[in-house]
Amino acid sequence: MSDRPDNTLTHVFLQVLKRDLTLAFRHRGELANPLLFFIIVVSLFPLGVGPAPSILETIAPGIIWVAALLSAMLSLDSMFRSDFEDGSLEQITLSHHPLSVLVLAKILAHWLITGLPLLFIAPLLGVLLYLPSEAMKTLVITLALGTPILSLVGAIGMGLTVGLKRGGVLLSLLVLPLFIPVLIFGALAVNEAAAGLPVDGYLYVLGALLLLTLSLSPLATAASIRISTS
Amino acid sequence: MGKDTLQSNNRPTVGLVTVDLECIRGNRLLFSHLNLEIGAGKILQIEGRNGCGKTSLLRLLCGIMLPSEGQILWRGTDINEDRAEFYAESAYLGHHNGTKGELSALENLQFAQALSTPKEGSDLYEILARLSLAGFEDIPCRHLSAGQNRRVALARLLATDATIWVLDEPFTALDRKGIAEIETIFEEHVTQGGTIILTTHHPLKVNEPYYRSLNLEEFACNSNRGDQ
Repeated sequence: MSDRPDNTLTHVFLQVLKRDLTLAFRHRGELANPLLFFIIVVSLFPLGVGPAPSILETIAPGIIWVAALLSAMLSLDSMFRSDFEDGSLEQITLSHHPLSVLVLAKILAHWLITGLPLLFIAPLLGVLLYLPSEAMKTLVITLALGTPILSLVGAIGMGLTVGLKRGGVLLSLLVLPLFIPVLIFGALAVNEAAAGLPVDGYLYVLGALLLLTLSLSPLATAASIRISTS
Repeated sequence: MGKDTLQSNNRPTVGLVTVDLECIRGNRLLFSHLNLEIGAGKILQIEGRNGCGKTSLLRLLCGIMLPSEGQILWRGTDINEDRAEFYAESAYLGHHNGTKGELSALENLQFAQALSTPKEGSDLYEILARLSLAGFEDIPCRHLSAGQNRRVALARLLATDATIWVLDEPFTALDRKGIAEIETIFEEHVTQGGTIILTTHHPLKVNEPYYRSLNLEEFACNSNRGDQ
């Protein structure tokens, strides 16, 4: 039955992806929120610590990475919350297709909406913070490897807390500690690049973390959603 | 009560069978030792006062919740062991419609079809027209009334090829005419060999041979009912 050409797993994956992107674009007001949050948090620092290039240059990688992390954190709620509240999440769990694949499509949609835009704006914010131009490429690569990890890990926490009325704080407590390795290796790589040192090792670690979460998170998220909907 | 819904014969390969089902919600035992068998071409209405576990039973029967004790067998296999097999043939409609307000009725149905298997030769416009939604196909569901949203959710049943329908209060927000239309659809479904398990406080008008009812209160924790 399910091997009809229009109903393969790829087709369902693309349908879920398309649906989530359509939903996001119909909420145009909310679409830009994570990006604006990212920009505003980063631009607060020059105002707070003063415009001295020497200080900003040293803290720039850390600031950009922490802001990316908080922005990802803030946007996690949109991944499953509205689907949970209107019963669509239940319908998705009752599909005969593997829930982990459907969930992966939702996570990918979440990253395309909230993570991908950061890659384009981050170099501009780097300029704002006097980040040396040699480090720009590394900044974008680390964000490209790191932000999907944030979406993947965040999805597990979101799946677990979606059934709670006020799960926001609990979600942060669950997920932020798991974000720490990404923050350390991401910010460190950019720092080293700014100092002109090789960064391959850090990028490999981030790549490995991405593969690890990519393979495990959909399964864990699927299980956590089943717990939350039951 | 000697109702024949409770027959406990030895044909576990037919239809949906529950074996010694028990349900605990929030430290409260709702029902236990529930043995029922429902074959193809039947409507089973689950009755009982508020809070006796009707919704919980439906959620158990469609696999959203896990039973604290006992099993639910579909053609002889536990539905929670071979999920894909059972989910491919079942549809669930709960208190929430499961439709997205931002999507139109048509888009909602297309997504429902993607999640399960589209019914052979089904035309979504025809299905929506049948549920009095002609002309509302492309309007975002949040602009539709509660009754119309319920109709979109019910249209999902016709758009996919599920044979077991598990419906929790399907008539909520529907008008009289709508209820009559849905009853006709129910009868059609069971005459084609489908199975419907539902709860409703509305007196169902369906032909006697298809209809069964089950009073869940008989299985409440203190009633000591031997099964075999």
